[in-house]
Amino acid sequence: MNVLSAHRNHPTYWAFVLHRVSGLGLALFLPIHLYVLSMAIDGGARLDAFLDWTAQPMVKMAEVGLVVLLALHMAGGLRLLAVEFLPWRDIQKTLAAVAGAFAFAVGVLYLLNVV
Amino acid sequence: MKAGKTLKVDIWRGGEDGYYQTFAVPYQTSQTILDVVTYVQRKLDPTLSYRFSCRVGMCGSCAMTVNGRPRWTCRTHVDLVAEDGHIEIEPLRNFPLVKDLAVDMSVFFDKWRDAKARFVPSEADLDGFANVDPASRERKEASAGIECIGCGICYAACDVVAWNPDYLGPAALNRAWTLVNDVRDADPNGHLKAVAGDAGCHACHSQQGCTSHCPKSLSPTASIAGLKRKTFAALLKGGL
Repeated sequence: MNVLSAHRNHPTYWAFVLHRVSGLGLALFLPIHLYVLSMAIDGGARLDAFLDWTAQPMVKMAEVGLVVLLALHMAGGLRLLAVEFLPWRDIQKTLAAVAGAFAFAVGVLYLLNVV
Repeated sequence: MKAGKTLKVDIWRGGEDGYYQTFAVPYQTSQTILDVVTYVQRKLDPTLSYRFSCRVGMCGSCAMTVNGRPRWTCRTHVDLVAEDGHIEIEPLRNFPLVKDLAVDMSVFFDKWRDAKARFVPSEADLDGFANVDPASRERKEASAGIECIGCGICYAACDVVAWNPDYLGPAALNRAWTLVNDVRDADPNGHLKAVAGDAGCHACHSQQGCTSHCPKSLSPTASIAGLKRKTFAALLKGGL
């Protein structure tokens, strides 16, 4: 399938793609997250060592990406709920843009906090 | 572009395993894509198959894929879509191809039937005219979707149709929504039942390709979202 085909090049299609890709990214992250948490069960020393490792700048940057994925998926999900459960509005492109801007803003705020 | 220039036009020829044939077509002011295709058939290759009727955006016969997007060719100006004097014209996506630019529309209209997208009269209609308040919510909802010309552009723009060949598609669901909002219709729950299954309104991913491409500026996505809410409410009330 050619995602870049001209008929797919409109804002609400890109909103769909971002929602799907962020969901996929979070689904891949979740097992790793649970595995790391499970390290606390056998004493905690391994977990502490791992948490020290996560203080590296590259890992922090990846964390910003993760926060953006979370914000994208949440804003995209709320947008879809609004589309499907609230009365229709003709400002669909604006809604998609607001969802994207929200995720970007959350990412920037998180970046400013971790740096 | 200026008059006197020549357009390079690639047109799909043959069936599914066909090929692009390139034609040189003289550019004219205010020329439409349908003008281009008609020029090719009348002056360059009379074996070219395509479909049109009214030429003024009423009948919905002449839709084709132009530079990757489904469009009504009679009202699409060359100036709007030509890229450096180049135009690529293909048949509509998601339809079985007959030949060249002519597709088989029967599957599209069969789905209108499957969506029970036809009016069900009631006995009360026999006693005179129904009074429908133009300002009522139902009338406004129906009016918003009623101007569909059945061109199939939404169906060609829809990825869900490509993924699930049984999906009823934006046009049939849009028509069903106008009937659900028609206060004269005797079987609103019958319409909802027909569109509540796997291949119905809930299969829509709200990508809004239909809404982005509808030449009449309708929003099938709005109609489908309405059907999603109505079928959900009918389910809770035991109406499905």
